[in-house]
Amino acid sequence: MTPAAVVFYILASLALLSAVMVIWSRNVVHSAIYLVLTFLCVAGVYIVLRAEFVAAVQVLVYAGGIVVLFLFVIMLVNLAGTLGPRVRVHATVSAIVGCAAVALLLYVSASGGLDTDFGARIDLSAQGGNLQQVGWALYSDYLLPFEIASLLLLVAMIGAIVLARQKY
Amino acid sequence: MPVPPVHALVFSLLLFAVGVLGVLTRRNAIIILMSIELMMNAANINFIAFGLRSHDLTGQVFAVFTIAVAAGEVAVGLAVVLALFRNRDTVYVDEVHIMKG
Repeated sequence: MTPAAVVFYILASLALLSAVMVIWSRNVVHSAIYLVLTFLCVAGVYIVLRAEFVAAVQVLVYAGGIVVLFLFVIMLVNLAGTLGPRVRVHATVSAIVGCAAVALLLYVSASGGLDTDFGARIDLSAQGGNLQQVGWALYSDYLLPFEIASLLLLVAMIGAIVLARQKY
Repeated sequence: MPVPPVHALVFSLLLFAVGVLGVLTRRNAIIILMSIELMMNAANINFIAFGLRSHDLTGQVFAVFTIAVAAGEVAVGLAVVLALFRNRDTVYVDEVHIMKG
């Protein structure tokens, strides 16, 4: 097993563990902290999978931006003393549905069909990462989606401001 | 390849399953949004694993787009949670049933 593979398995199990803790811990702040750990581990997995740019964006946007947003909202809604129930009566049904979904997905991934090798060959292992190639693709082939994404972010920003205003 | 892409797919599948379980079992709207973020991360890992398998950069580009969409989604979602808390004084989704007949 190569060192990269060892790092991958360690990070993947750590990410899964903290993801379970996100949905298991009763304190919302603890969930947010575990969410940071999950995002950082997933960023490490991205690096192992040779997606350095996505890893950087993951750390900046998820661990830096989204979790801070979560923490701000947790502070604003002030749920002190109301830890709330961990599971409800219908949680059994929900768990059964979730486990069935896992089993279905595992079956699909185990029954092959993922073994084809296709697509144009690009050297993903370029020295010093593939930031240049990703930038080139973003600004040539995917220029229109890129602009639409910026428009989407603008709309989301305006929508969030309008929704979160005191009076509307 | 550093790891077999199928292993990355199984990892993303398990992460997605954790997200689904979170959405289905938790009643706190903030936790539900966090679980949705977990699921989007799983989708990103899928994009990148398939891109690694097919030696194509498209997966990484779309992962970046997914992150942008996730950022917008969580901003609007948390704004909805805030508005819900202001109007109904709760963030537990099963206490919000004004549209139930």
